[in-house]
Amino acid sequence: MKPFAELLDRLVFTPARNGKLRHLAAYFEATPDPQRGYALAALTGALSFRAAKAGQVRALVESRVDPVLFRWSYDFVGDLAETVALIWPQRPGANRPPDLAEVVETLREAKRDEVPGLLEGWLDALDSDGRWALLKLITGGLRIGVSARLAKTGLAEWRGAELSEIEEIWHGLEPPYTELFAWLEGRAPKPEIDRRAVFHPLMLANPLEDGDLAKLSAEDYLAEWKWDGIRVQLAAGGGQARLFSRSGDEISHTFPDIVEAAGFDAVLDGELLVLREGEVAPFNDLQQRLNRKSVTAKLLDAHPAHLRLYDILHRGEDDLRPLSLAERRDVLEAWYRETLPQRMDLSPLVPFETWDDLAALRAEARQNGIEGLMLKRRDSAYQAGRPKGPWFKWKRDALLLDTVLMYAQRGHGKRSSFYSDYTFGTWRAGAEGEELVPVGKAYFGFTDEELKRLDKWVRDHTTERFGPVRAVAPGLVLEVAFDAVQRSKRHKSGLAMRFPRIHRIRWDKPAAEADRLESLEKLVEE
Amino acid sequence: MKAANSRTEDWLKVTPKGLYCEPGDFYVDPARPVARAVITHGHADHARPGHDAVLATPETLEIMKARYGDAAGRRHQPLAYGRTQDVGGVTVGFAPAGHVLGSAQAVLEWQGRRVVVSGDYKRRPDPTCAGFEVVPCDVFITEATFGLPVFRHPPDAEEVGKLLQARETFPERCLLVGAYALGKAQRLIGLLRAAGYDRPIYLHGALKKLTDLYETLGVPLGELRPVLGLAKAELKGEIVLAPPSALADRWSRRLPEPLTAMASGWMTVRQRARQRGAELPLVISDHADWDELTRTLEDVAASEVWVTHGNEEALVHYARGRGFAARALSLLGRGEEEQEGGDAAEAETPGEGAA
Repeated sequence: MKPFAELLDRLVFTPARNGKLRHLAAYFEATPDPQRGYALAALTGALSFRAAKAGQVRALVESRVDPVLFRWSYDFVGDLAETVALIWPQRPGANRPPDLAEVVETLREAKRDEVPGLLEGWLDALDSDGRWALLKLITGGLRIGVSARLAKTGLAEWRGAELSEIEEIWHGLEPPYTELFAWLEGRAPKPEIDRRAVFHPLMLANPLEDGDLAKLSAEDYLAEWKWDGIRVQLAAGGGQARLFSRSGDEISHTFPDIVEAAGFDAVLDGELLVLREGEVAPFNDLQQRLNRKSVTAKLLDAHPAHLRLYDILHRGEDDLRPLSLAERRDVLEAWYRETLPQRMDLSPLVPFETWDDLAALRAEARQNGIEGLMLKRRDSAYQAGRPKGPWFKWKRDALLLDTVLMYAQRGHGKRSSFYSDYTFGTWRAGAEGEELVPVGKAYFGFTDEELKRLDKWVRDHTTERFGPVRAVAPGLVLEVAFDAVQRSKRHKSGLAMRFPRIHRIRWDKPAAEADRLESLEKLVEE
Repeated sequence: MKAANSRTEDWLKVTPKGLYCEPGDFYVDPARPVARAVITHGHADHARPGHDAVLATPETLEIMKARYGDAAGRRHQPLAYGRTQDVGGVTVGFAPAGHVLGSAQAVLEWQGRRVVVSGDYKRRPDPTCAGFEVVPCDVFITEATFGLPVFRHPPDAEEVGKLLQARETFPERCLLVGAYALGKAQRLIGLLRAAGYDRPIYLHGALKKLTDLYETLGVPLGELRPVLGLAKAELKGEIVLAPPSALADRWSRRLPEPLTAMASGWMTVRQRARQRGAELPLVISDHADWDELTRTLEDVAASEVWVTHGNEEALVHYARGRGFAARALSLLGRGEEEQEGGDAAEAETPGEGAA
């Protein structure tokens, strides 16, 4: 565990990308199989074992230390793994510390109720850094500022290989990747993998900036709605199907309903949505499905996933990426008519002649599920990455509301010394005159300088403290931007904002002049 | 100790200016200028300028003079460790606190009750100052800067070892260590010397005055050189000490590929260390960690514990669980900024509020 813990520690503290790559390369060079392979799997999120739940870790630590002191410590540190690693009472003379492979392989075989006991024994045997690495690993998601892509880049640069060569075969390989390391070290040929159902890097759009339209001619472009879901790639062939997120992470296990519907041979680009009776559900419904390792039948039933298709990269053996968008669109439509797959439909083209037509459509688009428009050049080939020019996203304007800061909470991670999460409200008539009712929470949209000033303002205007939360006197107006507002039974105000962020801090504006709840009501899309 | 009928809080009070001893008519570490001040040590959140009469250890008075010059107080009354002085019927004495050179616990006795105001303290040995002395008392006023059980400072030698290891790994780089001007910088030098490091150690100009003073007061620190005027190449593989605020400053551009280390108790928490931009966090603190704080409560065996600056609530909770009458004391000027890591205060005033 020690070399792995040291690697994580170095990665955490090394700010520069190149420095991180050097640490990765040095680790792969110095560490034998299968340890390095499991480390690579941990960094790329490719490990699967029965992870410990945060709740189990908390129960374990609370059985060993005063729960009150633990909670305060957690509030202060802001990270569960780190808090437990630091607070865990040493037990000198405990067992031999485990290595990474032992932890991974043991957990893979472990039954659910064996996990806490294993964890406790390991925590006793490791030092604080080792405990931290173990907890990061075992609670899933290292979150140390290293993406799967960066880890693979480190691997490629270590031996001077091409990243794309690794990416191409990646999804056909399994931890601890001994044949991959053998190939990179020149001891074996490149691993043979099943070439179907693998990830193809995506083509991404740039945001449309002011003045861009004036330089473009409308007849060169096709327009589609920009759907409020997540961008995915469905790769199917040879009886296999895999669903990938934008960054190439496999999410098949989270969306078995989509994967089951992919009994064809094609690679498709589209938007993943939750759809009920043909209507796109609020993003929050899709959120319920994301980030789950397994899904229940109930969830599948209540939150049915749907794929809205807008591009096709492969049909059977044919690589369509060199074709123009207009040609690919024809293939996509023909393929769809022949195949008629379940849980999928085509994202329609939005007809227009001039940019003004399109601007008018965009201004009216306020129904659920639409975030704005996509503009794509008719003649654009499918290029990996984010080429400047062929594709643009043109989000609709945000809604704005002047709200009053009510509560602030200490942030986590880098912001754990700042009050950086803000709950804001609007005015309404209460039993004893005007009162504020909370309407949302936001924790970004401001600069570091503004954060310092907000933090100071919160400290100077605190009226009550509840653990990491402070109530403040109604005196600061926050202009909040949000994409939509929906009815919600879970919120006191009966309304929930979509994607709220701080747009402007109105240091100048008296709190009494902030907006009223009725103003927000009027913006609800029924 | 014989307990009198009067309650301590009737004669030792928290006021906006600081902790006030009514019968003696003096303040301990007041936040604003007062007529009579008893000062525990030279850090700026304890020793402020502008008092009329100042009672402190000789070393603390020297430190105040070095920092404040004419504003260090109109009348200075030095009082060595172990001696006492009567101030309006209150007996005042100093016992070593082990925090920085000259740091003391103020021992106040009145009508048969003894109160110890610990100031800031640590229990582990420090080559640059006298070690903490346990003074049994009725009321113990303790700091709680690191008053959470996540703070368990590792042995100093281990941390210094990391610095020396990094020097070997990156011979082409310069090791730039952020350390507060009073106490931390000199202790770090002392620890490096104790680890056998005998090369010259290079100093940012802001560290010179107090480091010179330490040597004048009898703390040998080996060969020290200013960074000023040296060529980049001369600093490869060398250890450079600077106040934390200088780490990200343009000043550091004169150094060859500096590897930034930061010596502070806050470095225990990774996220905090990252926030401070440390590439090599060194957990070296001049404050007691959780184990030292709790051990000290048992050692002084006071029936009452007052807890100030830091994570008061956690230590109060712990002390009550151990059967002490405990309460949190909210002293202005040493409040939240320290608890939160003192980031803002430290960044603006290098050398103050050492942790």
